[in-house]
Amino acid sequence: MTTQPVTDRQTAVIDAEPPAIVLEHVNLAFDTNVILRDVSFSLLPGHTKIILGASGSGKSTILKLILGLLKPDGGRIYVNGERADTMSERELMAVRADLGMVFQEGALFDSLTVAENVGYKLYEETDLPIAEVRARVEEVLGFVRLEEFIDRRPSELSGGQRRRVAIARAMAAKPGILLYDEATTGLDPITATTIDEEMVKLRDLEGVSSIIVTHQLRDAFFVAEHEAIRERQGFRINRAGAAKADEAEFIMLRDGVVAFEGNAAELRASRDEYIRTFLS
Amino acid sequence: MLEAQEYVRLQVITARAAVSRPFYFHDVVEQFEQIGIGSLTVVVLTGFFTGAVLALQTGITLDQFGARPFVGRLISASMIKELGPVLTGLMLAGRIGSGIAAELGSMVVTDQINALRALGTDPIRKLVVPRVLAGFFMAPVLTVIANTVGIIGGWLIAVFQLRVASSLYWSSIIEGLYMDDAIMGIVKPFCLGYVIVTIGCHVGLRTTGGTQGVGRATTAAVVAASVAVIAVDFFVTRLMITLLY
Repeated sequence: MTTQPVTDRQTAVIDAEPPAIVLEHVNLAFDTNVILRDVSFSLLPGHTKIILGASGSGKSTILKLILGLLKPDGGRIYVNGERADTMSERELMAVRADLGMVFQEGALFDSLTVAENVGYKLYEETDLPIAEVRARVEEVLGFVRLEEFIDRRPSELSGGQRRRVAIARAMAAKPGILLYDEATTGLDPITATTIDEEMVKLRDLEGVSSIIVTHQLRDAFFVAEHEAIRERQGFRINRAGAAKADEAEFIMLRDGVVAFEGNAAELRASRDEYIRTFLS
Repeated sequence: MLEAQEYVRLQVITARAAVSRPFYFHDVVEQFEQIGIGSLTVVVLTGFFTGAVLALQTGITLDQFGARPFVGRLISASMIKELGPVLTGLMLAGRIGSGIAAELGSMVVTDQINALRALGTDPIRKLVVPRVLAGFFMAPVLTVIANTVGIIGGWLIAVFQLRVASSLYWSSIIEGLYMDDAIMGIVKPFCLGYVIVTIGCHVGLRTTGGTQGVGRATTAAVVAASVAVIAVDFFVTRLMITLLY
């Protein structure tokens, strides 16, 4: 009860800001194979957008389009108010500075240590002193609770640890937007919950806007319906109130088309046969 | 046709990236070490045994004409003009071409190339430019080493097997060596090194189909680079003969 007015006020302020990401009537096809058809949505700063769908429905493609790794055949893509779909690779580098991506299998660089992976962007693409970069690397590894693995190679880590290192790498340069591509797929429920909690923490404690691509319903609803609260000694993950849970929006993709858009409660209440089958 | 177009496109963007910032100096040094120092053993062994077997074979043939003392002349001309560059090129195609294709191919199929781009790094500048520079500049160095070791291998056979006087062998080497031959022998490996590495990068970056695709890319890179070594050697030889002789 006490947190409700604060959340509403924060939401009102956030809603007044321009969207972090906007997709307008985006289309993409590879030869005759249509991947996305007329996909439109927007992501508000500090909010979460969860994209659900079966394998091959075009979920990951949306993230690649936002990052500029692929170009759409039609439509417009805006990142932080700037039109990204018409930019050259060089111009996109500036846009990517505020974007972090957690790839499906982590996509960690095999030849580098955990510290070098996490600090890659800061070491290679900034002029920050080495000591400062190292301090930031230790900080983000502490955030994902992997400080003791700092000098290991990715091959020495478990699947869940690699995903957490990938999250640490994505957040090291403090991006405003994080894109998660199947970050929990293939992980056991306990490790998946740890990853889910990292996503909730980043959103609620660091104010990061996020797009989560997944077909793991349990993880999708966990992120949507939980919130992180900072405490004097760390943080606490709680079940979110109705207003907070409403902030997380779901999109269901079916064969490249948006079949559903709404919050968790609306998704659960949907009478659409495909969605019912997907949720069952 | 599309492959050729993409190959030329890669070369154009690599050339542009090589002369503009950012420049990943650390990666360039690393590649010079990997391609140069890393290939030294295979190149030295190939050069040595090629020179030695050349001495053995030509010794028998030259005996028929009573020209055994000229074995050094034949070895130096063969090694420097043709065998040194081509065999070094073929060894590099096997070792470097396959290695680059496999490494870049693995990075493509595991999304590491996309991760690089997402982290604000241009993969061409970070991965291709250092390898092309290292291949271009280290192939001539390795060829000179292969030639030298090959001539030493020939000397061992000439002296201990064919019983040719050591001084006669070395004077024959110097007499048989012309500046035009040396120029041809040093220009070729620049071209071969460049072709081997660009083929490896091109094939690696276009890898599709998971780990099987990486295997296919590696084989394709070695085959294409080996054929290219022979073909480029022919065209450069033809060009150099026109220009120099």
